[in-house]
Amino acid sequence: MHAPDGFLTGGTAIATAAISAGAIGFSLRQARKELEDKQIPLAGVAAAFVFAAQMFNFPVAAGTTGHLLGGALAAILLGPAMGTLVVSVVVVVQALAFADGGITALGYNVLNMAVITAFGGFALFQLLRRVMPKSATGVVAASGLAAGLSVVLSSMAFSIEWLFGASAPVSFDTVFGAMVGVHTLIGIGEGIITALAVSAVLASRPDLVHGARDLDRAQLAERKRLPMRTFVLGAVATTFVVAMVVSQFAVGDPDGLEKVAIDEGFIDSAEDHTFGEGIFADYATSGIDNETLSLAIAGAVGVTITLLVGFGMFRALGTGRQATRTSAA
Amino acid sequence: MSAGHHEGLFVEGHSRLHRMAPEAKVAAAVGFVFAVALTPRYAWWSIVIDMVAVVVALALTGFAPSLIARRILAVVPFVLFAFLIPFIADGEQVTVGPLTMSREGLWGTWNIVSKAVIGISVSIALAGTTPVADILTGLGKLRVPSIFTAIAGFMFRYLELIVADLGRMRTAMTSRGYRPQWIWQAKPIAASAGSMFVRSYERGERVHAAMMSRGFTGEMPVLRTHVTPRNDWLLAGAFVATALTAAILGALTT
Repeated sequence: MHAPDGFLTGGTAIATAAISAGAIGFSLRQARKELEDKQIPLAGVAAAFVFAAQMFNFPVAAGTTGHLLGGALAAILLGPAMGTLVVSVVVVVQALAFADGGITALGYNVLNMAVITAFGGFALFQLLRRVMPKSATGVVAASGLAAGLSVVLSSMAFSIEWLFGASAPVSFDTVFGAMVGVHTLIGIGEGIITALAVSAVLASRPDLVHGARDLDRAQLAERKRLPMRTFVLGAVATTFVVAMVVSQFAVGDPDGLEKVAIDEGFIDSAEDHTFGEGIFADYATSGIDNETLSLAIAGAVGVTITLLVGFGMFRALGTGRQATRTSAA
Repeated sequence: MSAGHHEGLFVEGHSRLHRMAPEAKVAAAVGFVFAVALTPRYAWWSIVIDMVAVVVALALTGFAPSLIARRILAVVPFVLFAFLIPFIADGEQVTVGPLTMSREGLWGTWNIVSKAVIGISVSIALAGTTPVADILTGLGKLRVPSIFTAIAGFMFRYLELIVADLGRMRTAMTSRGYRPQWIWQAKPIAASAGSMFVRSYERGERVHAAMMSRGFTGEMPVLRTHVTPRNDWLLAGAFVATALTAAILGALTT
């Protein structure tokens, strides 16, 4: 997710930098109100926590690992303003001191990885809290879903920035499909780890969970125990639902280039994509009249394919690693 | 993104860039990469001029070429996508050998790869010759709000400690036979993330209490001040001016 320089045009880099700077300024003011002078050491140590949390490698499948992004986790634990501030500090220091992500890319990297995951993730968290039971279980479930969705949200934001500042003529649909597809998968891990981490904090210091401040002692004590497999299957099922909903946005108006082609009247002469004849061309399943339903099916099939391909790749990598590990032992 | 990052990229040395004032270095790096970002991709020779300037900067660091090469390679996973662009992009197609590619897509690849490599090289020159604390001092001199740099400073100060904490938890889990393979075995890791948060937060509170008892008022005291040497500003200006001139000439001629 740490995009290097040159991914989006210079103008987009400057525009997103302005937006991010505004969001950081807002967060600074909010955080100052909430924490007073406590903010500097506390925010600093919390930023170190987020930095370290990004080194938390968790198993994905067959021994391969992924790592946490932590925007939603920070927002749920510390509140959206502190969360944004802390993750922004991490992203800026990573770019300047660790060459992780480009300097001109800081505008969109901070926007996508800190502002959108923290503020967006917290907004989703609060919306989900309304439909969840007012208990520790409700907070944990909302945390997981919000964290997973915040990663998807972040990838959607990148696609939209691409729409404005593409550095190459790749259509919005293609970038949107690829980015959102991959990040829906990353979101599963992010969601599971965030939910479990919030659950662990709720168990020992519930007063530190900003997102659970409204609960009283009795509500906090109300915790359901779920076996991990149920938990993971729930996450995968949620992913399918999300993919079906999200894919509704992927289509719609023809993209800019197609529109120009139609206006200029040369669309007939243009050759169609290689996949133009495929049954999922333009993300709608041919042969099914109801567009909403067909989009949903295309979305679900897309996730299945991505899951399977991902699983296969993890397997392949996993066996390789397994082999080296055994030989090293 | 990977372990071992907390030491930063700084390498001890006494080169010209090591001795340059941090605020001049940060300003030069930011000005330079933004000028490069605004250079039109079709003005390929402008970008080549930028690359020559970057090579000069890297030469001024006194680092071994192998070290620089290894660090530049870190950008590869992020630009892999760029190499797909010619095959998925729209527009006029050209045939190179057995492959059919989009002409605009090829320009896109050139744009992303060249600018990403310039960007990471500049970051290497900056981060390799400047300790993190100095980068933050430099940002402060460039009028970045002191709260922001102070938070970053605290983050860096406690990072090593918290990462070591994480390492100890890992060792404890591994020595008890925990070797997770699948996502449903991730619970102990997530729980340790939670307890690490509690530990970090409580540490933050203790640090704050200790600072209060030593007279902390909410502002970080400035320990030392220095005047930026004029020569450093001139050197920084030369780099930025090169990139800006290249960008403007490029924009005028394409």
